Amino acid sequence: MDAVLILLLFVLVLSIFLGVELISKVPSILHTPLMSGANAISGITIVGAILTSRAENIESELSFALGMVAVFFATVNVVGGYLVTNRMLGMFKKK
Amino acid sequence: MEALTTIFSEATNKALVNVVYILASVLFIFGLKMLGSPETARKGNLVSAMGMLIAVVVTLLDQSIIDFKWIFVGLVLGSLVGVIAAMKVKMTAMPEMVAIFNGFGGIASLLVGSSEYLSENLLSAQHNTGILIPIFLTVVIGGLTFTGSLIAYGKLSGTITGNPVIYKGQQWINGILMVALLFLGIEMIALQGLLITTDWQILVAVVALSFLLGVLIVIPIGGADMPVVIALLNSYSGLAACAAGFVILNNVLIVAGALVGASGLILTNIMCKAMNRSLANVLFSGFGSVISVGGSTAEQGEVRPINVADAYLILEAASSVVIVPGYGMAVAQAQHSVRELGELLEENGSEVQYAIHPVAGRMPGHMNVLLAEANVSYDQLMEPDDINPTIETTDVCIVIGANDVVNPAAREDPQSPIYGMPIINVDKAKTTFVLKRSMAPGFAGIENPLFFKPNTRMLFGDAKDSITSLVSEFKT
Repeated sequence: MDAVLILLLFVLVLSIFLGVELISKVPSILHTPLMSGANAISGITIVGAILTSRAENIESELSFALGMVAVFFATVNVVGGYLVTNRMLGMFKKK
Repeated sequence: MEALTTIFSEATNKALVNVVYILASVLFIFGLKMLGSPETARKGNLVSAMGMLIAVVVTLLDQSIIDFKWIFVGLVLGSLVGVIAAMKVKMTAMPEMVAIFNGFGGIASLLVGSSEYLSENLLSAQHNTGILIPIFLTVVIGGLTFTGSLIAYGKLSGTITGNPVIYKGQQWINGILMVALLFLGIEMIALQGLLITTDWQILVAVVALSFLLGVLIVIPIGGADMPVVIALLNSYSGLAACAAGFVILNNVLIVAGALVGASGLILTNIMCKAMNRSLANVLFSGFGSVISVGGSTAEQGEVRPINVADAYLILEAASSVVIVPGYGMAVAQAQHSVRELGELLEENGSEVQYAIHPVAGRMPGHMNVLLAEANVSYDQLMEPDDINPTIETTDVCIVIGANDVVNPAAREDPQSPIYGMPIINVDKAKTTFVLKRSMAPGFAGIENPLFFKPNTRMLFGDAKDSITSLVSEFKT
């Protein structure tokens, strides 16, 4: 295993612990927006989708096409996810 | 576009891109933290969206990208679909919306993994297990997230049956499928084409089996257990993105994916605890497929129905009212009438609270969203632990379309399948109204002794009609 991979595994482990700390205190009234907001974040795979079209990859047409379909789905996930979360949270009001 | 890349190509180098990715990760973390409180939640979502925006923009400035045309087509079409879906969806359809978005995240990660696998770059670099392992994981997790979410969508929207689909040897078939996937994984990662000659054949096989596994994992899970499934699929969609991060060695995918993976797992755990069941039990038992034959059915006593006029008289005299909504409220679309009734009760001098069980409805927090949509102030939305200590002094509990979460068998009957599940103790209130269509058991198919308690009154009929009638009684 090379150094980069070790470093990324380190990042992974710390992020999981951070995620657990962040979420365990969320009150249950916000569970749905939390889930849909987190879902929008999982659309980060859009970055990977965009990067499939980098120069060293592009020789395979099939590979490129798959990447572009990925861009579409990830964008739906990101845009739809954030908007719908925003719409939901806009309804939570205190009198 | 060419001009734009040349302008930025000098300024943009790998280090700068990575610094921006770190910034994006920080924004995700802050965003999630702010999502933890109703006052800051909306801002938190915006902060997290900002993180996503800068991550996408800085990625687009990557100088090694050579074809922007199709990227923009994908971005524009995806945004269009996303905007329309997010604006048009009804709040009652939110569970299936979240399900389908999870699925889209999963398929996107699967496609990224597949694209990287098929790229010339990878094929020339044989024996690179460091990248083949995450590719395999990305495809498998992404694939089962996708089809699992589609099945969840079908169940939640009523396109396919919400009942558990159980057949003989189910566990065996799933087990064989997993072994087959493992074998394909070894073939893909370690043997690299020893048994199956071309890469795309291996890939197609892995994708097909992952798709099948996603379907088979979700079909045995009943409607009432959907909150667990949705939370779990949410977690998977994050893990798929995380695995994709290891494919392209990208830190922001790993951080963001891990955050989502962790949050989904915590929600899953909260849901399981709220039902006093293990995750394995939720996933594999086909809960609710067999109607339990409780020996106590005969001796449960008689049901005491009540009409709207009498219910009104009791409510008018009540000084404290707790409303307990369940999935039935969503089905009857009664949330607006319920809010109206709540307001009239408050005007009449009652203290009104809403007791919401964590697993009421079809996704975590389902009832809260519906009541917020109907303009109920969020400080009236209570968890069982807030309500139960004072429930003995509550004059009236109104149970609207909830069943298992108020079933006292969970406390009293060790034979009951839900024994030990934390419930809202409405049977201890002075009077409890249960709004129900008929005496049919709930979604889990379990008899509910609450209906036969001496302080329980059954208000039969459509929940929305009953509430509306009560509202008009108050108005006259």
